[in-house]
Amino acid sequence: MQQLIYFIQKYKYFLFFLLLSFVSLFFTINNTNFHKSKFISSANKITGGLYEKSSQFSNYLKLKTQNEELILENTRLKNQLKFLNSKIDTVLDFTVIDSLHFHQKYVYSNARIIKNSYHKKNNYITINRGSKQGLHKEMAVINNKGIIGIIDDVSGDYSRIQSILNSNSKINARLKNSFHFGTLLWNGKDYNIVQLEDIPRQATVQIGDTIVTGGKSTIFPEGILIGTVKNSDTKNSLRSIDIQLFNDMSNIGHVYIVKSLDKTEINTLENSENE
Amino acid sequence: MNKRTYIAFLFFSLLFLQVFVLNNILFLGHINPYLYVAFVILYPLKEERFPFLFLSFLLGLSIDLFSDSGGINAFSLLFVAYIRLFFVRVFLKKTAQDYLLFNLHQEPFGNVFNYVMTLIVIHHFILFSLANFSTQNFSDVLVNTLYASVFTAVLFFLGTYIIRKKK
Repeated sequence: MQQLIYFIQKYKYFLFFLLLSFVSLFFTINNTNFHKSKFISSANKITGGLYEKSSQFSNYLKLKTQNEELILENTRLKNQLKFLNSKIDTVLDFTVIDSLHFHQKYVYSNARIIKNSYHKKNNYITINRGSKQGLHKEMAVINNKGIIGIIDDVSGDYSRIQSILNSNSKINARLKNSFHFGTLLWNGKDYNIVQLEDIPRQATVQIGDTIVTGGKSTIFPEGILIGTVKNSDTKNSLRSIDIQLFNDMSNIGHVYIVKSLDKTEINTLENSENE
Repeated sequence: MNKRTYIAFLFFSLLFLQVFVLNNILFLGHINPYLYVAFVILYPLKEERFPFLFLSFLLGLSIDLFSDSGGINAFSLLFVAYIRLFFVRVFLKKTAQDYLLFNLHQEPFGNVFNYVMTLIVIHHFILFSLANFSTQNFSDVLVNTLYASVFTAVLFFLGTYIIRKKK
């Protein structure tokens, strides 16, 4: 017993150091896993609140470019609306109401980014909406130019997004002009370029082809823009295609959050199949 | 200045400086200084080390909270805090009796430079290795450590020079 007390006396600083090291390494490992709950994330009251204050200040300086983007998007949406209106004219009214109310698969809501990072290997974004506004884990985040990421942690008023610039991010994507799909990854090098892998060999890929989300997962709707093919390495059997993003990930402000209404239904169906 | 207020001032000023200013510098696209390591360098030397180790851990963890990095800043800062006394003995040749009257600015610059550089490089190396979290891209870790260490050291020496001139 005396030996033990003597031992603790002698190595008390080292033991204290070990204890704190284990705590910090536990947080580090915990952070790399998407499905575990996060203890250390900027989506809490204190850090979220402070980031909100600082982003209010810096947002003021970006108002002009944000307005221009909104005008562009409005024009695009107005054109789409006119196009759809012209189609609806030929169809009877009640079917239109049905298709709008009973087959709506996604709901969009808006948010503002209060903290963005893009230079690290695992990047996260914090937004000013949380569970009080009906957000929860695994919702898609996009903006007018393309995809941003997936929500991986929510608190009352803030949420943390796992950016597509994260080595743990895997998103289903396909070519716009064919239905060959692959997985979208990031190798951590350039924040404007992501990689598309596992595309079948028979798919013809040209430089400049548009890549969109595949809709094979329950998170992203089909056809959200991602980017264009920058170069395709056809010699390599493990085909990895560089994609130039439409979004400039270092300069994003307002985003949309996409809630999938059919998600639970699809998940139950897929899980019952496995049993 | 009272010792306790000095430590509190150091803690919060380094935290907010790091999170709101230095994390947004991104020199040449990705190089950031990690000046909060100055907490370990400037904290008064003492025999009793529990508060020091705990505060270092807490500062690292607070920075992790802001930058969504798990516990990598906490671990790297805790590690340099733990091995600090060893380097004080090696480079500055101080033993437990000298701690009370110790003042970093009265030491010869060469010794201080070696001491500060060693702590900064060790801290940055652990930080980038943990951020990488694999054996791949090891050259990136080394290059990042080199650039960020130089950046941090320049800021540290300039900072301490300016603050000392005012007094």
